[in-house]
Parts: sequence; structure tokens; C-alpha cells
Amino acid sequence: MSDATLRSPLHDQHVALGATLVPFAGWEMPVRYTGDIAEHTAVRTAAGLFDLSHMGEISVRGDGAEAFLDHALAGRMSAVALWGAKYTMLCTPAGGVIDDLIVYRRDWDHFIIVANAANKDVVVAELSARLEGFDATLEDISAEVALIAVQGPLAEGIVARMCTRGDDDIRAMRYYSAANVLLSGDIHAFVARTGYTGEDGFELFVDADEAAAVWALALETGAADGIVPCGLSSRDTLRLEAGMPLYGQELTRDTTPFDAGLGRIVAFGTAAKPRGDFVGREALLRAKVEGPSRVLVGLVGDGRRAARAGYPVLDADGAAVGVVTSGAPSPTLGRPIAMAYVPASLAEPGTVVGIDVRGRREDMTVTALPFYSRAS
Amino acid sequence: MSNVPEELAYSAEHEWVSGEPDAGAEVTIGITEHAAQALGDIVYVEAPRVGDTVIAGEVCGELESTKAVSELYSPVSGTVTAVNEGLESSPETINSDAYGDGWIFKVEVSETATDLLDAEAYAATVE
Repeated sequence: MSDATLRSPLHDQHVALGATLVPFAGWEMPVRYTGDIAEHTAVRTAAGLFDLSHMGEISVRGDGAEAFLDHALAGRMSAVALWGAKYTMLCTPAGGVIDDLIVYRRDWDHFIIVANAANKDVVVAELSARLEGFDATLEDISAEVALIAVQGPLAEGIVARMCTRGDDDIRAMRYYSAANVLLSGDIHAFVARTGYTGEDGFELFVDADEAAAVWALALETGAADGIVPCGLSSRDTLRLEAGMPLYGQELTRDTTPFDAGLGRIVAFGTAAKPRGDFVGREALLRAKVEGPSRVLVGLVGDGRRAARAGYPVLDADGAAVGVVTSGAPSPTLGRPIAMAYVPASLAEPGTVVGIDVRGRREDMTVTALPFYSRAS
Repeated sequence: MSNVPEELAYSAEHEWVSGEPDAGAEVTIGITEHAAQALGDIVYVEAPRVGDTVIAGEVCGELESTKAVSELYSPVSGTVTAVNEGLESSPETINSDAYGDGWIFKVEVSETATDLLDAEAYAATVE
């Protein structure tokens, strides 16, 4: 890491909390504050607070904004209601995934796109290249926006109590929708009921200048509920248990949404709701019709040695037939879990496969994703 | 900053050695606080077994955390005389007490170790 390393507007807060900071996608971010398992468990049982300021935010405005996004992305953003959100992907013309995104509709002519930190510049460049001919403008607002997440079963009460206006909207908010609220201290926030942990939770978009005040407010408001600041390490085990893909691991330019079991995010249109051409349409339709040659599956082990990203998946004869994309000992299940690409013939739940764990075979069983679902 | 006790010897692979690593002597071995902190919460330790022969600088086990896995190297050559059985049920002891109850194994040294680092030299490698 060089001078180019970026720091979150909450950097001083992380240092004061004793966080272990690591380089991540060009940023210096907290990997943990106290302990990975305590942070993971806090999100499953109470609430966790995450600094996601490294994520990229892109604003798209204009009368042609929805037509532009319908052309540029795999999903149909024109179908997103006002204050709604949608999980989608930016694909190459060949159908490969450039990034997975959440798109929020803030107004009829205004969308916010959230991109992965490592991909933000590529997403901005690719979207800009697709903008020609549309009545829309695109702006990278990542530096001005801080993103703070409150996740966990007690998140709703905490975020509602942080509000001076809009607390009813927080309580009434459905999953994958959003609202503008006023936080204590006269701070304007765009708040969405989204997350990456498998729990209920909220993501708060605020001005970077006000990030420190919002962070302190969340810690103070959530103290009685046991809110805990959480780092990237617990974020990764939380999303893995929830079966959520991570770009660079489950998703790459060499995978289509169909490979990852996420073909449902691609909208080809129906007779009733036809959809025009969009980037990657032809290749994605072919991928859908032909079906994936490999399948993303969940694996659970009985032993204690965990499969990790990159480890080969072995068939009964010991031949390498697939690859692990993510893996860890699951704090919630107390067993090793992993996601892996395997041939369709080995994708049926209950199938036992081997994993080459540093030269020694460990058996794991194919299981339906997610590994963990919250009680609803 | 992590703690590096003055009275221990260290390997470049982040193991500590308690006791004089002279031929015939028994030493106690663990991983440093720095290594434990870098791994995060340790959930599984695969230590060598009593009676195993270990060789200085060679892998003799592994440590697994939720975040990562790390190989365990033996800092000395010799025969394993004891392993910390408490780590089977409470591997997190390494995180909470790396230099005490979090010890991993003991070795009867077969060949005096000459390339271990003192506390100052080890601390310099992890700064």
C-alpha cells in the first residue's frame, strides 16, 4: 500500500476503538475490533455496526435514467418503485459479471448505485461508456458519501430511535426499500433496509462530514441493546452463512449470473412486460437456455479443517473437478462451510465430495444454500 | 502493539520457545501474540502428537481461525513430549493467553537450536 491508500471518514473512530486495520481494495479498513466470533454473534443475536465507506456510490440522474439503466444492467430498473431497491449485476456483452450492485430509486429520475470498492472505478468507466445516447448523467459520489450499516435482530429499534423524523418509516419499511429520515443532530440520511449479513438490518447513507456523528449516535443509541462495531472478517463469515456471493470469489468476469445460481436477477421481459435490448442479452439468453456447465453449491463438513477459497474439489476417484470459492469454520453452525463450483452431476444436495485441504482430503456434503436463515 | 516477553526465544515463523533450547532439554512452544492477533479467533489447532519427531523450520501442525489458516512450524528439532490437550476444547486460549495457558506443545530437543531470535530481534520483524 502506498500514498494512494484511502481512509474512511471514520478512520479516527476505528483507531480509537482499537481496531486492527488492513489494506482492503485500496482502503485501510477495520478487519476486526475485538474478536471475529464475538462480532459475528452480536449480529446474529443483537446488533452490529459496520463502516462500509469503502463501497462505491454512483448517482444517476435524468429523464432517461431508467432507460439507461435498463440498457446497461442485467435487471430492469424501470420496474423498481420509488424508494425501492434491487440487487442486480453489470455484465459484459459475453454475459460475464463485472460487478454485483444494489440500485436504489430515490426519485423518478434519480438512482443510487452501490458498487464493490474494488470495482468502483471499473463500474463508473463501464457505465459511462454505456451512457451515450441516453438523457442521463452519472456522477461518482463515493468520496462525499459515507455508508454505515446497522445489522441484526435489534437493528430496527436502534435505527428508529436514532431518528427525530421518520422513525415510523423505519419500522414500517419493507426489506429492499428505503426512506429519507432525519437523525438526531439534524442529520439527513437516506436509509435502506438492505444488508449483507443474512439478518434484518439497515444501511445509512450520510454525508461523509457527518459520518463520525452518525457512528457515535449508533453506538450510543444501541449500547443498551449490545451493539458492537464489526469488521470485515465477521462481515465475510456472516455473508457466507447467508449464502451471499462475494465479487472476486463466487462472481467474476468468467461467471454468468446463471453459473452462480442467480439467473433470476436477469430480466429478459415477458409478453406482458417486454424488455428491450440490454448489454449481454444475447449471451445471457444463451446461458439460460443451455444451462450452466458448473453449479455453485453449498458444502458442509463433519471435520474441523475448513475448505478455503481456491482449494480443489475432488470426485470419488480423487480427480479435481471443481473449486472452492469461499470457505470458513461457521461460527453459527460450528462446522466448516464453503461455497464451490462443481459439475452439475455433483450438485445434488446430499452428494459427498472431497476437498483437497492442503494435501489432505476432507469430505464435505453438498447442501442447499443458504447455510443460515433468520427466523422470520 | 503486541506483547513480546523478554525471557522467551522466537522463530521467524512466529513461534515462541520457553526454556534453553539445548540438546537434551525440554522446551515449551506456542505462537506469539502477534501471530494470534493476525489469525483472529482460533477455532481449531492441529498439534503434533506425543512421540512425533519434529524438525526445526518444518511444518508440524496447523492453526485455523474463522478468517484464515496458518501452518504451525516447529522452532526446534526433537521429540514431542507433551501437547496442550486443553486446546482441543478451548483453542481460543491461544488468543487470550498466547504465552501462558495457550502453549501448544513441548519438545525434548535433539539438537541445540542456534538460529532463534531474541525478543528484540523478533519484535523488530513484526513492527
